Amino acid sequence: MTLLEFARGPALQVSVLIMIAGIFWRLAGILLLRRRPQLAAPRISPIGQIGGGLSTIMSRFVPRRTFWPRIAVSVVLSAVFHFGLAIILLAGAPHILLIHQLTGFTWPNLPKGLIVIVSGMTLAALIALLIRRVGHPVLRLLSTTDDYLSWLLVFLPVLTGILLSGEALAEYGTLLALHILSVELMMIWLPFGKLMHSALVFAGRGVMGANFARKGAAT
Amino acid sequence: MTGPAASPTPPAIVPDAGAVAKAMRSFIADVGPTAALAMESCVHCGRCAEACQFYVQTGDPRYTPIHKIAPFKQAYSREIGPFAFAYKAFGLAPDVTAAELGNWQELLYDSCNMCGRCSLICPMGIDIADLVEQARHGMFDAGLAPADYLGALAEKEHATGSPFGLSTNQFRDMLHEIGSKHGVVMHVDEARADIVPTVSSIDLKTYPGSMAAIAKILNHMGASWTFRTDGFDADNVSLTAGDRMGQEAVTRGIVEAALACGAKTVVMPECGHSFTEMRWEAANTFGRELPFRVLQITELLAEGLNDGRIRVNKVAESATYHDACQLSRRGGATAAPRIILNALGVDLHEMEDAGETNWCCGGGGGVALIKRAQPLRDKAFEIKRRQVEATGVATVYTSCSGCRQTLDHGGKATNWNKTVASLLELVADNLKD
Repeated sequence: MTLLEFARGPALQVSVLIMIAGIFWRLAGILLLRRRPQLAAPRISPIGQIGGGLSTIMSRFVPRRTFWPRIAVSVVLSAVFHFGLAIILLAGAPHILLIHQLTGFTWPNLPKGLIVIVSGMTLAALIALLIRRVGHPVLRLLSTTDDYLSWLLVFLPVLTGILLSGEALAEYGTLLALHILSVELMMIWLPFGKLMHSALVFAGRGVMGANFARKGAAT
Repeated sequence: MTGPAASPTPPAIVPDAGAVAKAMRSFIADVGPTAALAMESCVHCGRCAEACQFYVQTGDPRYTPIHKIAPFKQAYSREIGPFAFAYKAFGLAPDVTAAELGNWQELLYDSCNMCGRCSLICPMGIDIADLVEQARHGMFDAGLAPADYLGALAEKEHATGSPFGLSTNQFRDMLHEIGSKHGVVMHVDEARADIVPTVSSIDLKTYPGSMAAIAKILNHMGASWTFRTDGFDADNVSLTAGDRMGQEAVTRGIVEAALACGAKTVVMPECGHSFTEMRWEAANTFGRELPFRVLQITELLAEGLNDGRIRVNKVAESATYHDACQLSRRGGATAAPRIILNALGVDLHEMEDAGETNWCCGGGGGVALIKRAQPLRDKAFEIKRRQVEATGVATVYTSCSGCRQTLDHGGKATNWNKTVASLLELVADNLKD
């Protein structure tokens, strides 16, 4: 079995299994805790509360204006790397091809050169975020092994993806295998660390938004 | 950041191991899906620090809001989190030590107003203020609340219903005395009444005129109302101390007093946290929806002005308004004071960040009650002072006695030439005959 065959075969199966099982386990561990009912008379209807939850999911993508001067660097760097990842994943030709093979859906891709530029920006943003995490007193205090491991496991797929697109440093098959394996490592870690926020962010914002909307408070 | 880490650090207390275990058990007992989701979601982005006045004013990273619950999050991960078994097996989240928890007293009490500004900035939607409240439950149960609370206010409140230990007879005498002094008819302990107003212990001690004001307004409205000496002090210091039993005792006293006279509306005083408790928490404590409305005094006034039961003269005055965090940002009562000020014709000069993103006065969440926290509190007050100065007006109105007191104290400490006044008293002073 070649490295590429391993990456596309057993490694993929195991990583997908661990990721799905881990996500379910973690979500169940949260959602099955004893729920305390909220009995105070709400200011708005249940539909309004759901609306508050949904609107908060969207509104928290952009911080309130008053907060911007103090968090602009964090917001911009985070936005660049999150949007960058989304563009690479959803508009890169090889990824669209993969999605087509898996689901039958397809759509036009962005030019390879543009994807490489976006990848470079994403990589730069990730490096800047790491430097900030190490250098900023607040971030240094908050950071755990998970923060650095999660960073590495997002960084590696982007790096190997750039190398793959330029077929640099190694032959194509090896680079592809390394790229796939790096993604699989990320998938394996996703349920256990902060990468899980990719799912929890919607639940967290939604629950807070609904709770605060219930009070007629700021969401 | 405005400067180096210069915040005063009180001497750390060192609890025994039993107290630590008790604190953690108590915290964990409170954790439901919402709190768990909050603790699981944090990505350590640090933005919450930038919304916190204690961090913004000192630059001390320890004041980062989410860091204030760190030992409790550690206990959650170790004891009931989805991967608790792994945390234990691999020693990923060691037991919180006594020394660690002792250091956290200052972070959870002295340097958190529970103002919830951090909850608004969090990209994950974590209500950190709520987690701090839960962590304080653990601290209180373990005997780790600051001595200002334990030795005095909360313990007295738990025992008597009033943080100053005021008896029902003393309260009755005080009300009649205030009525005589202000020439207002006081309704006290009437058997039936539609409206039951409550008071804040700060009003009892420092601003007794506010009780005359509410009486004057309710009389003006022609309302059926009564103070109840069996449930009058809504302050609920216990809530901010983390004393769930005391919190429930205060709330139960007021609810039972209101039920006894068939009240349709219970009016909360000019006080932020008491509104949070009675409006949003009391029903949960009782296990059912309360059979009466709970209104903060500004909501009652706005309602009365809107439906014509309250008629006021116009006031030729320019002023600004300080929002109490628990009333506006966290309570949903942001509009009411502005309706009142508009009805009075006050030329309102809003501060920057007015309304939902306002800055706390510096004393919320019980910080005003902790003597050693004063230097830190003064730094927090500095933001508010600057913002008021920028409006160019001479008077600051507010609807929270706690804020009023903190602003008064902060003003005195800095020889401030501003007047801090009660919105309730402004309405009472300008009723049409």
